[in-house]
Amino acid sequence: MSQEQFRAQPRGGSGHGEEPAELGQVQAQANTQGVDDVLDDIDSVLETNAEDFVRNFVQKGGQ
Amino acid sequence: MKRIFGLETEYGIAFTPSESGRRLGPEEIARYLFRPVVAWGRSSNVFLPNGARLYLDVGSHPEYATAECDRLPDLVAQDGAGQAIMVDLLGRAQDALADEGAAGTAHLVKNNKDSAGNSYGSHENFLIRRSVDFKHLTGVLLPFLVARQLLVGAGAVLPAGISTEIAPADANRAPSAGQAPPVRTGELVYGLSARSDVMWEGVSSATTRSRPIINARDEPHADAEKYRRLHVIVGDSSMSQTTSELKVGSAGLVLDLIEAGVPLEDLSLRNPIRDIRRIARDLTGSTVLELRSGATLTARELLGRYLERAAALVAAGDHSLGDDAAAARVIDRWERMLAALETGDFSAVDTEIDWVIKKKLIDRYLERSEAGLADPRVQRLDVAYHDLTPGSGLFPRLEAAGLAARVVDAAAIEAAKDCAPATTRAAIRGDFVAAAHDARRDYTVDWVHLRLNDHAQRAVVLKDPFAHASEPATALIAALRADTAPSGPPAP
Repeated sequence: MSQEQFRAQPRGGSGHGEEPAELGQVQAQANTQGVDDVLDDIDSVLETNAEDFVRNFVQKGGQ
Repeated sequence: MKRIFGLETEYGIAFTPSESGRRLGPEEIARYLFRPVVAWGRSSNVFLPNGARLYLDVGSHPEYATAECDRLPDLVAQDGAGQAIMVDLLGRAQDALADEGAAGTAHLVKNNKDSAGNSYGSHENFLIRRSVDFKHLTGVLLPFLVARQLLVGAGAVLPAGISTEIAPADANRAPSAGQAPPVRTGELVYGLSARSDVMWEGVSSATTRSRPIINARDEPHADAEKYRRLHVIVGDSSMSQTTSELKVGSAGLVLDLIEAGVPLEDLSLRNPIRDIRRIARDLTGSTVLELRSGATLTARELLGRYLERAAALVAAGDHSLGDDAAAARVIDRWERMLAALETGDFSAVDTEIDWVIKKKLIDRYLERSEAGLADPRVQRLDVAYHDLTPGSGLFPRLEAAGLAARVVDAAAIEAAKDCAPATTRAAIRGDFVAAAHDARRDYTVDWVHLRLNDHAQRAVVLKDPFAHASEPATALIAALRADTAPSGPPAP
């Protein structure tokens, strides 16, 4: 599971947890890869008319 | 202890025309979406065989109100069924659009705010005992609801500065035709909940003009001498099942504390409407809150006070969530989330909470693309997180990739599309709707009543939402089944 999005990068050496730093890095990489895959899948949607979509995503208010 | 839970979700609508296509507005799309509903029930406001209500609400928002549930996992399944039914309707609308030459893609979005700042809601319903003083109950619950977004917010890009001075009516006016939404200017931050900025009161009976955190409208849909229905409208719609479970479960446990008479210190906030906006902009939960008593504590500490009492209640088995494993999960997730907020290490919750999952996506996108938070692609990505449209919606991919945890499996959701929860009044309503429909009879249904329109007898009244059997209803349904020829179109 990734930690990197929320935590400053550890400044060298191991983190303060008991988990070996390497294991944490492997998990973070796997997680980032998963996120990257999802973003890759959606990339063409984001690059095609994002501005147009957003500008027109308007409805009446509900409750 | 027992309780009835329900979730109402309003969905946003969008349309992406293909190059040659005309742009269709939300009202037009809504009509396409509800065609199969009208064909099935001769109305755009129907109760389904799974006990739920499906309708077009204020502002052409498709809305799904789950059947009454008395077990938290049932509620998650029923809400998921609503989402699945919307996806089915979307597919049929897409086919109809294509058949009729409207080139483009229709979108249904399970979020709470459009680009112009119009908001639409996710409403939680909790059955509460009439014997408990309502003012006391809302007084204890309100500070919790103001801070709960730290646990279960959907995540949103917000203006960094807060304002509590905009006239509420302006903040929710419908845009006139062709009016472009305001351009995002000024500093933006990733925050917890877009809904926090559209709340203007603690408790009141208004809904669209001056939205309250708790709507005090008193419609119990049950024996009014015994019960009241608490209508909480501050929450975000949840994509994540685990977030949904924590959202409703934690509030349910706080209600249990109040109804059980567990002594709780007075945590009333001096300025809840300002605080809800401040909390929305601090991802650490360190916002210092000033209590009416003059004491101060952080939002995280406030949630910890409620957690401590709620955990004791669950340990004693004295909760209303209808399932001990679900109650234990709620406490565990609540604890892990508070620990994550404190340490800044979200790895233990990063597949379970919407705002954390979405933040991972947005953070990574910003890293990869050099875009800023104001970039339309980031806004598009935010919408995609909530988009139910196959092909552009992200959530199924996140689940498949193991980046979003589940509470109930796909089979349970599929079953909940057709079957009401077995342990509440909804089971009777669902049976009646299915039987009357199969028998091709005209009928009228609401949350409490069942009636055949051409029937001489009066309506069957179901005033006890916990009763899943009723002799008059059983007799009525048996009579319908007896003279039914099989077949008829399936429910939407």
